[in-house]
Amino acid sequence: MRRLILIAVPYFWLLALFLVPFLIVLKISLSDTALAIPPYTPTLDFSAGWEGIRAFFAELDFENFEFLTTDDLYWKAYLSSLKIAFVATFLTLIVAYPIAYGMASAPDHWRPTLMMLVILPFWTSFLIRVYSWVGILSNEGYLNQLLLSLGLISEPLTILNTNIAVYIGIVYTYLPFMILPIYAALERMDASLLEAAEDLGCSRLTAFWLVTFPLSKNGIIAGCFLVFIPTIGEFVIPSLLGGSKTLMIGKVLWEEFFNNRDWPVASAVAVILLLILIIPIVLFQRNEQKQREAEG
Amino acid sequence: MRRVTWFNATSLTLGFAFLYLPMVILIIYSFNAGKLVTVWAGFSTRWYGELLQNQAFLDAAWVTVKVAVLSSSIATVLGTMAALVLVRSGRFAGRTLFSGMIYAPLVMPEVITGLSLLLLFIGLNIDRGVLTIVLAHTTFSMCYVSVVVSSRLVSFDQSLEEAALDLGCSQMQAFFLVTLPIIAPAVISGWLLAFTLSLDDLVIASFTAGPSSTTLPIKIWSSIRLGLSPEINALSTLMISVVTVGVISASLISKRSSLKRQADERAAGT
Amino acid sequence: MSQTVFEPWNDPQAKPLIQFKNVTKRFGEFVAIDNQTFDIYEREFFALLGPSGCGKTTMMRMLAGFEKPTEGTILLAGQDMAPIPPNKRAVNMMFQSYALFPHLSVWDNIAFGLKRDRKPKDEIAERVAQMLKLVRLEKFAQRKPHQISGGQRQRVALARSLAKAPKLLLLDEPLGALDAKLRQDTQFELVDIQEKTGTTFVIVTHDQEEAMTVASRVAVMDDGKIMQADTPANIYERPNSVYVADFIGDVTIIEGRATKNGNGYDIDFAEGQPTLHAESGKDFQNGQTCHLAIRPEKVAITADKPDTRNALKGTILDIAYLGNLSTYHVKLENDQIIKAQTANTRRLSRRSFTWEDSVWLSWTDTAGVLLEG
Repeated sequence: MRRLILIAVPYFWLLALFLVPFLIVLKISLSDTALAIPPYTPTLDFSAGWEGIRAFFAELDFENFEFLTTDDLYWKAYLSSLKIAFVATFLTLIVAYPIAYGMASAPDHWRPTLMMLVILPFWTSFLIRVYSWVGILSNEGYLNQLLLSLGLISEPLTILNTNIAVYIGIVYTYLPFMILPIYAALERMDASLLEAAEDLGCSRLTAFWLVTFPLSKNGIIAGCFLVFIPTIGEFVIPSLLGGSKTLMIGKVLWEEFFNNRDWPVASAVAVILLLILIIPIVLFQRNEQKQREAEG
Repeated sequence: MRRVTWFNATSLTLGFAFLYLPMVILIIYSFNAGKLVTVWAGFSTRWYGELLQNQAFLDAAWVTVKVAVLSSSIATVLGTMAALVLVRSGRFAGRTLFSGMIYAPLVMPEVITGLSLLLLFIGLNIDRGVLTIVLAHTTFSMCYVSVVVSSRLVSFDQSLEEAALDLGCSQMQAFFLVTLPIIAPAVISGWLLAFTLSLDDLVIASFTAGPSSTTLPIKIWSSIRLGLSPEINALSTLMISVVTVGVISASLISKRSSLKRQADERAAGT
Repeated sequence: MSQTVFEPWNDPQAKPLIQFKNVTKRFGEFVAIDNQTFDIYEREFFALLGPSGCGKTTMMRMLAGFEKPTEGTILLAGQDMAPIPPNKRAVNMMFQSYALFPHLSVWDNIAFGLKRDRKPKDEIAERVAQMLKLVRLEKFAQRKPHQISGGQRQRVALARSLAKAPKLLLLDEPLGALDAKLRQDTQFELVDIQEKTGTTFVIVTHDQEEAMTVASRVAVMDDGKIMQADTPANIYERPNSVYVADFIGDVTIIEGRATKNGNGYDIDFAEGQPTLHAESGKDFQNGQTCHLAIRPEKVAITADKPDTRNALKGTILDIAYLGNLSTYHVKLENDQIIKAQTANTRRLSRRSFTWEDSVWLSWTDTAGVLLEG
């Protein structure tokens, strides 16, 4: 009985506030736009009984999904989101790896402090961290002021409101997610492995490539998924740092919903976004599972 | 892996400079006297004063704290229950769906979570306000809590609870007298995580907030969309300071207690 | 141990404290306990001994109430235990990991069970003090478990499980986490405490030396069955199966064919080897396969042929020097290896035998045990 309550309470909470809402999105994505409140038809009318339910299902169609394929804004936005997420993940990896490596090589008594320094930004507001780059990257911003005063450039660079600013924003905010798993993998590594490699005739660099790097592979994979998956649906960074040409699907969905008030299309966009996300999520789950099994 | 080389030192220095410089600049310029954020015009605390005069910000801050405390507390209870179910309950009908619903919100884009909840609230004719934000925040942060707590429960020595039963506890007593005090650090971190997520959230709150329940992130968002604002710099500085003090003191406390524990264990000769 | 012989299992009048009646426990397809019936008596120190996975822990967990038998009944003082949950049983358990509550002091750990019974405060304090004295931890009452040593933790766990004065105390590998030296001291302490409190102890262990030292009776388990339950001396001297003989201590098993002769049997075990003789009350058909189990310390090793019936010639293959003892592995001409043990009363340099030496092994008619399988 107690077990039943224990299971039922969180279960029903999640059913009611996670699964049902999602089914509503699915349903509305199959409905038609209407100038009414709520701004879509059909609405499910239980008072009409079985006939009402039949009529309701008869009116659902894939029109909105067809619309998504006809207007190239949408598929361009999906592609562009994937591209931006992919490039940003790669950049994040390049920035994160040396930091994680440096942390793992640092003396033992420094490590807790370094760890804390990596985690600290995570606790501070995401919004503020993205916002802090606006002042740096804008045309009159600190970066341009610095470069102009050093005489490196004569005209201010336009960085804000471009994809470059979006990349910087993503690398900056998601860096801890990449550093931590790589650091965890490197930190677990046995120091004598490198000594053994060198003892067997490797140079430091080849020892790194043949021993350290392959052993940190799991950390790299985990870190990449942790950056890639949330980046695809990212809204704040492209809206704040990106320009009008920066197409990301999270932003499109937001605008479709709040600016155009086209709920059925916004819902269809959401459904497709989720379908796209399922692939990396399943791959990520599998990778984690494999690692858990390997560790026994 | 104990090699401090120039390469490691440089990558750490550059890496942490990259992580912290933007925030440091933000903090410095929050003390700028001028209205133009990017041009230094002397030291002043003027914007802090104006911020504290700004009723809209104060109201938003109050709503945010209210929402965060409520949602993180409910999420901690629900998330801990969910963790117990995941780790302890073995097989039951619908278990796969349950664990799916626990993990899915962690990877679900916020825009989708926000959109779907909004459509639910509209469908049920619930007026949007503090209640709806609390419901929304509770739902996604309980999943984070359950992940944190279940990772602690996995390593929990089940014989502790059996010992409590053996010594005459009921199941409930065993949980509250033994299990809960031992996993308390994980439950507290879960609460803190839920609290921070709620404080931080813009997207889901934007979907689920009503006109009278603007949270601080929504307020910040609407003012920074229009460009840089010295008041926001001041506000950011305050928020960063609070978090920094909190995180540093928490890590000092945990470091002190772990050092003390090590010393105790050495003294006990184990 | 005590002056009057304590052997309630041989007394038909004695009422057992615990009765297992045709108890079977299955986990899915796996049979952990296979139709077992046996009794444990009051004030006994009963050891369940066996390799890991033999079912000894399941047996104990059924007594504690954490598992229910699939079939059969377990009676405690004549009462069926099945419907009684663990927290209502007059049975306490000392866990292998000790399971000390890390957030409570030593005092609070010991008082934990007493507080659940809602005993008056001064009564609890008195009982805890008594327990602390029993395990000599008075000075450590206010320490947390991580502030005391492994041996002290073990004693706190013991005190905590004894505090409620259970009818039956279960001990799951109680000394497993201690190092060898400390373990020996603690074994005697455990016996001492058991006698002082008069509680019935059931101990689960995989360490035969531990079981032999502490227990009044040892039950050797294998594959969900109790192979033999008897006093340590009987288990060692009179094993009822090759499994038990082999499991306890060192032994040489010689397989052969039995032929009735006088009070025992003649055993032919290989071409060209002399016929052995062993006294035995067991029934063997003529020509039936039998196993002669013989302990190394009962085998004499000599340079010249001794004047006994059981004498075999072989060469020394290996010598294991153990300090006080040496075990010789002697190979017969048919490749059978027989172990012989001698006490090292003389210095090593003056040892009589060395590798490759040709020697005679011999033993008396009553030295070996004749077993079926």
